Amino acid sequence: MKTLTVSVVTPDGPVLEDTYEMVSCKAENGELGILPGHIPLVAPLSISGVRLKRDSGEDKLAINGGFLEVRPDKVTILAQSAEKPQEIDVARAQAAKERAERRLQSKEDRIDRVRAELALRRAANRLNVAQR
Amino acid sequence: MASLRDIKKRIDSTGKMKKITKAMEMVSAAKMNKAEQNAKKFVPYSEKMQEVVASIAKHTDATHPMLQTREVKKTGYIAITADSGLAGAYNANILRNLKNTIEKNHTSSDEYTVIAIGRMAVDFCKKRNIPMAKSIIGLPDQPSFAFIKDIASETVQMYSDEEIDKLVIIYNHYVSAISQVVTTNQLLPIENMDSATGQGSQYEYEPGEEEILAVLLPQYAESLIYGSLLDAKASEHAARMTAMKSATDNASDLIDELSLSYNRARQAAITQEITEIVGGAAALE
Repeated sequence: MKTLTVSVVTPDGPVLEDTYEMVSCKAENGELGILPGHIPLVAPLSISGVRLKRDSGEDKLAINGGFLEVRPDKVTILAQSAEKPQEIDVARAQAAKERAERRLQSKEDRIDRVRAELALRRAANRLNVAQR
Repeated sequence: MASLRDIKKRIDSTGKMKKITKAMEMVSAAKMNKAEQNAKKFVPYSEKMQEVVASIAKHTDATHPMLQTREVKKTGYIAITADSGLAGAYNANILRNLKNTIEKNHTSSDEYTVIAIGRMAVDFCKKRNIPMAKSIIGLPDQPSFAFIKDIASETVQMYSDEEIDKLVIIYNHYVSAISQVVTTNQLLPIENMDSATGQGSQYEYEPGEEEILAVLLPQYAESLIYGSLLDAKASEHAARMTAMKSATDNASDLIDELSLSYNRARQAAITQEITEIVGGAAALE
């Protein structure tokens, strides 16, 4: 079976570099599945979980803001943060989620709202990835 | 000539000072190593980012405000300094450069604004009535991307909102442990993209080129700010280490000199005592 080299890079250093058979992620306008031999592609990613599949199993990462660059034999994910399920601090994400929900309910000015929504999405994404 | 006790006191206090500077030197050396590692860890991200942005900018005729030079009514300067002194010429170099640049390019204070990072820059701007758009104090020694994200994106936002038409960053570039160079870089609008080495591969864009640029360029600008900050942090610790090392060396020299005059004074006192005794004995005969 053909494989892809996947590397995930964040400003705080490389997170992961390994070979997989398929990458499945959520771009801004829908789910994307990448198999080896894909045409070169650039797509921004939404705050979501990325699934990396191979024979021996599946790895997940919680991605926050960034984009995906695809070459026929290599996929690079550049994200502002990327966490493996075991690295996620569930208690902290839970607290962040509740804080963001509280902020969204109390009606404040608009800029705060956008930030709270983003925070909520990040926290929910982390919890999602950690639990699965 | 100073008395024996005075010299002894000075030797003691210089010795204590030397201990402190020596400790600070070692702390800075450890921090510098860490900061250098952080800066290295960031390199793959920034290189990849640059590569993708360059290849998009090269192959596309899509436009984005960040790629276009517009008439400059107001310039934003990001000045990165430390929160404390005792780092040799580190802060002074940055602030002098900032002052000269402003004096050279602008006549009225409406034409520029400063985003001050570090207490030294904040105090400098306050004292001289330089307009400050934003300021941060208390940056950690190992800043994480999350910490700088807010200020970086707000600054980039100022450009998008046309509050500023040009963004320049002034920081100390880390060359080696003993050499840091003041660097002035234009961040926005993004120029010289063509000189960067793109891989030449033609990409498919999902959803479209303009949308990608809209997402990518702010992130690129933020990553440039973060990269400069990491570089500046490494320089800061290096500068502090060098400054403390020379302070320690000076203290050693001073102690040597003082010990010499202490011994000389002690010898003079003994000689004088003997002379007095001999003189006294001679007078009795």
